[in-house]
Amino acid sequence: MSTFIIRRLLQAILVMALMSVIVFFGVNVIGDPVHMLVSPEADQAEIEAAIRRLGLDKPIWEQYLLFVKNAMQGDLGKSFIFGEPALKLIFHHMPATLELAFSALFLAVLIGIPLGLFAGLNPDSPISKGIMAGSIFGFSLPTFWVGLMLILVFSVELGWLPSTGRGETRSVLGFETSLATVDGLKHIILPALNLALLKISLAVRLTRAGVREAMGQDYVKFARAKGLSTNRIIFVHVLKNIMIPVVTVMGLELGSLIGFSVVTEKIFAWPGMGKLLIDAILQLDRPVVVAYLMIIVVFFVLINMIVDILYSILDPRVRLQDQGA
Amino acid sequence: MSAVLEVNGLKTHFFTRAGVVKAVDGVDFSVSSGEIMGLVGESGSGKSITGFSILGLIDSPGRIVEGSVKFDGTEIADAREEALKQLRGNRIAMIFQDPMMTLNPVLRIDTQMIEAILAHEKIDRATARERCRDALGLVGIPSPEERLNAYPHQLSGGMRQRVAIAIAFLNRPRLIIADEPTTALDVTIQAQIIHEAQKLTRQTGTAMIWITHDLAVVAGLADRISVMYAGRIVEQGETDDVIDRPRHPYTVGLLGSVPSANKRGQRLYQIEGMTPNMLALPQGCAFAPRCTRASDECKTAPPIQKSGGSRIRCFHPFGEGGRA
Ligand SMILES: Nc1ncnc2c1ncn2[C@@H]1O[C@H](COP(=O)(O)OP(=O)(O)O)[C@@H](O)[C@H]1O
Ligand code: SF4
Ligand SMILES: [Mg+2]
Repeated sequence: MSTFIIRRLLQAILVMALMSVIVFFGVNVIGDPVHMLVSPEADQAEIEAAIRRLGLDKPIWEQYLLFVKNAMQGDLGKSFIFGEPALKLIFHHMPATLELAFSALFLAVLIGIPLGLFAGLNPDSPISKGIMAGSIFGFSLPTFWVGLMLILVFSVELGWLPSTGRGETRSVLGFETSLATVDGLKHIILPALNLALLKISLAVRLTRAGVREAMGQDYVKFARAKGLSTNRIIFVHVLKNIMIPVVTVMGLELGSLIGFSVVTEKIFAWPGMGKLLIDAILQLDRPVVVAYLMIIVVFFVLINMIVDILYSILDPRVRLQDQGA
Repeated sequence: MSAVLEVNGLKTHFFTRAGVVKAVDGVDFSVSSGEIMGLVGESGSGKSITGFSILGLIDSPGRIVEGSVKFDGTEIADAREEALKQLRGNRIAMIFQDPMMTLNPVLRIDTQMIEAILAHEKIDRATARERCRDALGLVGIPSPEERLNAYPHQLSGGMRQRVAIAIAFLNRPRLIIADEPTTALDVTIQAQIIHEAQKLTRQTGTAMIWITHDLAVVAGLADRISVMYAGRIVEQGETDDVIDRPRHPYTVGLLGSVPSANKRGQRLYQIEGMTPNMLALPQGCAFAPRCTRASDECKTAPPIQKSGGSRIRCFHPFGEGGRA
């Protein structure tokens, strides 16, 4: 178990190092942030002062070495735009993104698994066919379009739900959250649903496929031959088996929910990390972009690790030591 | 001996897109308490479907289209699902072919045993668990208490099949349908399991249907044998009669392919031709295309001939002496 964790941490460090190189030099190729920062009327002296202030006068490899040296001490640099430490900016926006991602995951599980279960148990029913057709839409409609439609229908036409911002937040365990107030909850429904749509479809398909497969297995037939009730067969024998792939895949999807909340945050003006990233990219705010991507790597590694542990708990046949890297 | 199970004219058909598969097409037999009946035939002949039909476990597109299944004198072929649930695992139990697949991989052995009791009896878990432990001991599983806490993958195939047998006997059923329970196991384990099953059947007076494709297995185990071909029973009789004096050409062929029945050094006999296509069975006797004795007559359905305790479905059976 501990070797497993150590191996994962080493992997994470390696990926982070690679990522930092790519992004650091990549942003440099795209453009010169100085032009974004100083006013067009600025004279040569002002521009040079700005360049020196940001440390951009040194050769790029020297800038990188400095970055690595500071990163070792937990300092990922200051935002070119805000002058604040990049990490602090990201952590400030993180709770909004995390609550959105977790709400979306929660919705995906809450809606997707029961629908998938129904479709898997009644494959020939017209309702099941409707569910499956719906899931195809969930997969193929672009997020931004669905987001706009949600706003159009529920905010503009019906006026039921607000379409921008987090609404009223309250501090829980030191984090500001929309989930603790009625107004906040109203605000999070549309963006969470928008972000969840693809994952609902995924949960439906995974669950349905799992149920269909399990129902044909000998162990289900044997359970029926034992005279067990239908409920016990479905909710113990079948569900316990399909939870293995469902938890694994949905858990791993949490990473992409956090990473890809960018579009949804932009549409619903949700003040999370995604919006911060978009702004940072547009302004070539390199320290923020680098720091954001490194944080995302950490998230992915952490989530992978937790999912692996969950997997070994759910499936008695798996032990973590047995798994390869 | 009173008949525990009487099956008469049972027909179970599958209505597939490609056509109607008459998996079981007019099967008659009966089993009495303490008796073991061997149901023998090549793969695809309808043995498993016969077993599942008795338990009412036929899923669409299949269904029982005709016939009667009397269990302890009560008709159950058309029984409601709730009534069947009370019989399954309680009065009639089933053991499956592949022990690697029959136990749920994510549930512990005790969970899978205790639920089989609690589905039919209102007793507390501790008592149920004790009974499970005793049942494991009875089928020759060492240190049953530890095995109860194990997951299926921690047990060998032979051990898992013993667990399945223990589950089958848990509620002291009147009838056990054992569907090729030793086919997936190696020969030594096979012999042990057959021995255990036989002992338990005799001790408890349970009736047993032992399904297999291997005549050699039932030769030393069954009291009576029914030979099945393409959904029908073609020969039925006391084990000694069927093994020593087979009369139906298919039974003769099956026996010819059993190693022990051959003289040393002689080539193993194989029944000519392919197993029949269940969607396009020939008119009349389904065995005709592979039969060395077939005549024009065989294009019509052969009648059932009775002699002594035996029944043969053939126009030109081998003589009482074994050869015509
Ligand atoms: N669900 C099904 N749909 C269509 N045909 C089926 C189905 N299940 C079984 N059959 C057919 O019924 C016949 C008998 O099957 P089975 O009883 O399993 O044979 P076996 O004697 O090997 O146990 C086979 O030809 C098989 O193709
Ligand atoms: S009825 Fe005719 S074809 Fe069928 S087994 Fe007998 S002899 Fe052969
Ligand atoms: Mg079979």
